[in-house]
Amino acid sequence: MSPAQTTPPRAHRASRRAMVERIARGLPAALLALALLGAWELYADLGSVSSIVLPAPHEVATEAWDNAGLLAANLELTAQEVGLGVLLALMLGFVLGVLIHLSPILRRAVYPLAVGSQAVPIALIGVLLVFWWGFGVLPKLFVIVLICFFPVVVTTVDGLASVDPDQLKLLRTLGASRWQALRFGELPAAVPAALSGARIALAVGVIGAYIAETSTATTGPYAGLGHQINADINALQTPRAYAAAVVLFVFAIACFYTLALAERVLAPWAQKPRGEIH
Amino acid sequence: MGFIAPNADPSNLWGNARGGSSVQTQIESREGPTQQAQGADHSHAPLEPNGIALGGVNRAYKDGRGAEVQALQDVSLRAPRGSVLAVVGPSGCGKTTLLELICGLQQPDRGTIEGEPAVLMPQRDLLLPWLSAVDNAALALRIGGNSRARSRARGTELFAELGLGGFERARPHELSGGMRQRVAFVRTLLSGKPVLCLDEPFGALDAITRQEMQEWLTGALVREPRTVVLVTHDVEEAIVLADSVAVLSARPGRVVAELQVDLPRPRTRTDPAVVAKREQALQALHLGASESAAR
Repeated sequence: MSPAQTTPPRAHRASRRAMVERIARGLPAALLALALLGAWELYADLGSVSSIVLPAPHEVATEAWDNAGLLAANLELTAQEVGLGVLLALMLGFVLGVLIHLSPILRRAVYPLAVGSQAVPIALIGVLLVFWWGFGVLPKLFVIVLICFFPVVVTTVDGLASVDPDQLKLLRTLGASRWQALRFGELPAAVPAALSGARIALAVGVIGAYIAETSTATTGPYAGLGHQINADINALQTPRAYAAAVVLFVFAIACFYTLALAERVLAPWAQKPRGEIH
Repeated sequence: MGFIAPNADPSNLWGNARGGSSVQTQIESREGPTQQAQGADHSHAPLEPNGIALGGVNRAYKDGRGAEVQALQDVSLRAPRGSVLAVVGPSGCGKTTLLELICGLQQPDRGTIEGEPAVLMPQRDLLLPWLSAVDNAALALRIGGNSRARSRARGTELFAELGLGGFERARPHELSGGMRQRVAFVRTLLSGKPVLCLDEPFGALDAITRQEMQEWLTGALVREPRTVVLVTHDVEEAIVLADSVAVLSARPGRVVAELQVDLPRPRTRTDPAVVAKREQALQALHLGASESAAR
């Protein structure tokens, strides 16, 4: 047999093996989810819990199926809020991180306030935000940015500070200005850390959207998944609230892994085992 | 780099740079501004516009507990343009401090450092993991304001000239230790500065790779002549590579012997003349060590 004839089946076998491997890698998560789902189902069916307090998974599934259009429309709105909000938080967090890194004065001025900002009860300022910016998306974005920028600041500052001092000395003997050392040495070195911050921000951003939607009023036919969950709870439509929560749950997971993929493109050098990197 | 206290604020590194910022943009320039240490005592060294000359240099640093430690004492050295000066000495004799002084990363407490702009090649290659080999090598050109394409073209040219052709696009983690040092050396060459300060460039390599690297460096310096100050703890390496060898004593580092090595290149370590010089240097090294111990 010539190599040309043997190649296709071998390639086919290889791709099939890769697929099997991928499925095998997802297996633990799937099994754990199934087990938890089974436990939930058993508890809801056999326990003395009303469906208004805790609906069984099959009720939630039915409700999700019946309200697919509503859920999709609300998800679209929430996803937009999360995407835009986290993006703004990333930019703000990265810029703040760089400024804090460069200026000890700014570090002393900004860092305590940034930490404190994480303790602000959103409901308290929700009214003010609506008073300023109305019932649109702007108050929601503000809340998401407020919740999400902090992990990015912290990881960016740490990433910038982790650069080898010898590396900076070398850049200096090669004639680099402070700005060039930042550009050629520190900023790229901080990208993996900043992306870790972005992952945290994205995961927090989904619950941030929930908080944003429930603490600032919205007009219009669809107000986002978070708003829907609260409205359904108040209307004792708990199964539909759960259906919306499951959508948020899956959306958060999808966001997280999408960003992990992006990291592989943006910072491929950080994917190698640490031992090989200087 | 053990002599510098860990610097909490990296912006301090840019406090008092000396290194001829006008020079590194011009690849071919050998004529840099003459540098002088400030507040220096001019009685020791004559003006040396070419190469490097140190006159009566003293330098102390504070250790972790704040105690003053004399790293270098009354060190006078010279490396005429195009020559290789090797500095050997026991560990902790202030060799790295010496190179940082020459490169303007530190200022002497007393004495003069005169000559052309110098660039440091640290012991660790410090290649940036997100850049390819050729982009790492051409870093100084990028810093000098050249476009990525132009820098890369110049780097590729030099890669070919120095036998590194084909490795341009490799990432640092894909290269062997010897190859990484070669890329780091090309990066040092492309800084455009006429004086190269090499800090134990082959210290971390195994014996066979080290010998290959010495041969490669000899060849590279024939094609790209520079003034070189080479710090090493390997006396044999010093004799094989250098035109003159300065032997430093243990801390505080003082010059206890200077040897001229007027042997034809390429030199082999088994050449009787090389062996004789090596013995001479080793003796001076032992003498310097026992002198320091006696004091």
